[in-house]
Amino acid sequence: MEKTVNQKAWFLVLPVLLLVAFSAVIPLMTVVNYSVQDTFGNNQFYWAGLEWFKELLESERLHNALGRQIAFSMIILAIEVPLGIFVALNMPKKGFWASVCLVLMALPLLIPWNVVGTIWQIFGRVDIGLLGYTLDALGIAYNYTQDSFAAWATVVVMDVWHWTSLVALLAYAGLQSIPDAYYQAAKIDQASRWKVFRYIELPKMQGVLLIAILLRFMDSFMIYTEPFVVTGGGPGNATTFLSIDLVKMALGQFDLGPAAAFSLMYFLVILLISWVFYTVMTNLDKRDGV
Amino acid sequence: MADASLNKTASRGIALPKIKGNVVVMVLYLTFLLLPIYWLLNMSLKTNSEILGALTLWPNSLTFANYATILTDQTWYMGYVNSLIYVVLNTVISIAVALPAAYAFSRYTFMGDKHLFFWLLTNRMAPPAVFALPFFQLYSSVGLFDTHIAVALAHCLFNVPLAVWIMEGFMRGVPKEIDETAYIDGYSFGRFFVKIFMPLIASGIGVAAFFCFMFSWVELLLSRTLTSVAAKPISAIMTRTAGAAGQDWGVLAAAGVLTIVPGALVIYFVRNYIAKGFALGRV
Amino acid sequence: MAWMAWTLPTAIFFCTIACLLVLFTVLAIKYPETPRMGVLRIETTRGDRLFITLLGSAFINLAWLGLVSAPQWGALIVCLVYAAAVFRWV
Repeated sequence: MEKTVNQKAWFLVLPVLLLVAFSAVIPLMTVVNYSVQDTFGNNQFYWAGLEWFKELLESERLHNALGRQIAFSMIILAIEVPLGIFVALNMPKKGFWASVCLVLMALPLLIPWNVVGTIWQIFGRVDIGLLGYTLDALGIAYNYTQDSFAAWATVVVMDVWHWTSLVALLAYAGLQSIPDAYYQAAKIDQASRWKVFRYIELPKMQGVLLIAILLRFMDSFMIYTEPFVVTGGGPGNATTFLSIDLVKMALGQFDLGPAAAFSLMYFLVILLISWVFYTVMTNLDKRDGV
Repeated sequence: MADASLNKTASRGIALPKIKGNVVVMVLYLTFLLLPIYWLLNMSLKTNSEILGALTLWPNSLTFANYATILTDQTWYMGYVNSLIYVVLNTVISIAVALPAAYAFSRYTFMGDKHLFFWLLTNRMAPPAVFALPFFQLYSSVGLFDTHIAVALAHCLFNVPLAVWIMEGFMRGVPKEIDETAYIDGYSFGRFFVKIFMPLIASGIGVAAFFCFMFSWVELLLSRTLTSVAAKPISAIMTRTAGAAGQDWGVLAAAGVLTIVPGALVIYFVRNYIAKGFALGRV
Repeated sequence: MAWMAWTLPTAIFFCTIACLLVLFTVLAIKYPETPRMGVLRIETTRGDRLFITLLGSAFINLAWLGLVSAPQWGALIVCLVYAAAVFRWV
């Protein structure tokens, strides 16, 4: 649709602008202020310059948390995206069973995040959880509170359980937009299943898949509640991701300065990634629009 | 296509099991999804002695005592009330401010519109952990700490951008001629918007409201940080129980099941729009 | 406002950014923007280039702080060079 130029539209956007400015800009300014100062409570602040940034950039703790965070995001993307596409391809196209699948698949998405944590905390326990009990009965040593590999496996499986449906639903929506004629043409050409997927389905899903990857990457990059409930960041620091570390620093130890510097760097990384995705997305739209 | 004939026989060969293959995949996947939820439900209907005793696949001594505990204890059920209050407040605020903005984005170009749109997106993507500390300071200083409105406003940070994006997607589907005809017929902007335009995008508003409701409902970090007693959400009450030694598994499970109920109730109505909502209105 | 813990340097920092935004808005009114294709193969307007400059500068400063043990104004010089490059070629 051709849009008209109208500068008065700014007035319609004004409420959103004010509200989001209140809840985003003011806090961000505060974070910047805190990040260059030191405090001993009581709103007594002392100038610290760029000390916190320097300290954090060289701190082992942050490097490790960042490393774990990137590893986690990559692992769940590598599992969830192919699995989500695979599930979407196998979903019924229409009718009663399609509705059933949609509703059941969306269910994990609507569960409060700490309840997701609770569910898996219970499910994985050796004494009362089905998963832990079964693994134990099979002779596999499994204890997510002691063993860091088990903790990682639990957190990854939990995230796959929680969010794969999102990828699947988006891919499914992309598949639904393919006209039947395309499939018929492919049938006439006797195209293989793989070729249908590669040359018809995948291009049509490109846009939604990009959104799915963006959302999954961003949300996994700031994951906090679920692993916090299940493992509390442990055993040791094995599952302490960026957000968990940040909250520990900011609200647990109340180290305002370092926590603010941490927040800023975290936010800058997010800003960069959002921008890259947004640019790619709008350029794809433009190309498709032509 | 040199391998066409080969494919033909291959596809004919697997034509029958292929339908079955779909079913098997879906059954396996849905089992994987539902098993943990079933386990939670199962535990909520057991007594604590049965939970801690032998592992049973279904409750042998069915009990509703865990639910009774929650629904009669004020510290428990007020958690649900608090959650509902700030979630509804947040949904109303988000939709109210996002409606005109979405209209502006879908109909007009204006200076800086793309940058504004991108800025909104970054707020959806910003980690709540970054904002937890300044929000705590901000709302404490203006005397809103531990109130429902504080949590509702804090959740606007990610819900308003989301609502704008979703509704913009729906509004783009409404032809512009409708606006123009209405203006020619002498409708003022306000009257046109409420009387004609809003009914047309009712489903979009519904979906946006659902997503605001949902994301406010599932969020824990900010709602926990901004409350202590008076507005404490159910999720925060649950974490406290989970943190205590010698916890009451049955009640914890029952509380978990009760938090799933609101989402499960409305999900049927928005099932076809869920993808669109998650795709920020861009499917 | 005490809780926001303003300091002179951060105030100057935000004022600079606000001034830049105002300046570019005025520029956009006086001389309307025309998107162009740069070395990144994406269409950018003047506002986009400002954003790329600011974001890049933040990362340059951080990298300088972490990797180089020279005074911070060195990073600012690099940023100015970077800004010029962005406005010329992106």
